[in-house]
Amino acid sequence: MSQDRWVWQCERVIPSETGAGAPILQEILKQLEKNDWIQHDIFSIHLAMEEALVNAIRHGNRLDTSKHVHVACRVSSELIRIEITDEGEGFDPSAVPDPTDPANIEAPSGRGLMLMRSFMSRVEYNDVGNRVVMEKERAKQDDQKKD
Amino acid sequence: MAKQQRLEVSEVGDVTVVHFRDQRIIEDLGIQEMGQELFHLVEGENRKKLLLNFSSVSFMSSAALGKLITLDKKVKAKGGVLKLCSIRPEIYEVFAITRLDRLFDIRKDESDGLGSF
Repeated sequence: MSQDRWVWQCERVIPSETGAGAPILQEILKQLEKNDWIQHDIFSIHLAMEEALVNAIRHGNRLDTSKHVHVACRVSSELIRIEITDEGEGFDPSAVPDPTDPANIEAPSGRGLMLMRSFMSRVEYNDVGNRVVMEKERAKQDDQKKD
Repeated sequence: MAKQQRLEVSEVGDVTVVHFRDQRIIEDLGIQEMGQELFHLVEGENRKKLLLNFSSVSFMSSAALGKLITLDKKVKAKGGVLKLCSIRPEIYEVFAITRLDRLFDIRKDESDGLGSF
């Protein structure tokens, strides 16, 4: 996606505190509403970002107040791309247990990554595992109605 | 009854009906408090039949799901029954994707939920 097709973008650095991502999250959601993205897309992006931010802050940076999370967002008429980078050691996303496995179904955590992958069009981690890129393709034209 | 910050609790017969004060159950402290208040209903007040009404909930994160799972275990350990109702379609999608729609007894609305005990 060439840079000149982005209609909006922002970058923020946030502290490793729970809830610190709320302002940028609201800014992004507001932008999507302003550009008439359908509610299901907005819900999906909200959920995926919420999970990714919690992962970066709580698991990546381990709530270490000396570490930060970098959030970058770009929106075109058809796509949103979100990059979230923490300053932790990273992890192997392929090693996360399947939360729908009967052995794990009653585990109190471990569903965030699955929800990110289910609600976004693309979720990729860098080799280290401390940066995630998520994209959501906007719902097709015939689904484009305000809810 | 302990003062509830995150929940609105009422009784219909012998069923405890719980509504959530927060439309969005995402913030860490709020989820912790919600969990503690739910657990207290079971462990502190020994309520055996719980119906959680999600009609006011428009958003919830996976951390909140974790609290519900823990609540379910506590209710079962006490020989009680937990049911959920009035879950909006987008929230229900979260339960379905995580297969938690098979763990929890989810009912269409409060009337259906109450009638199922």
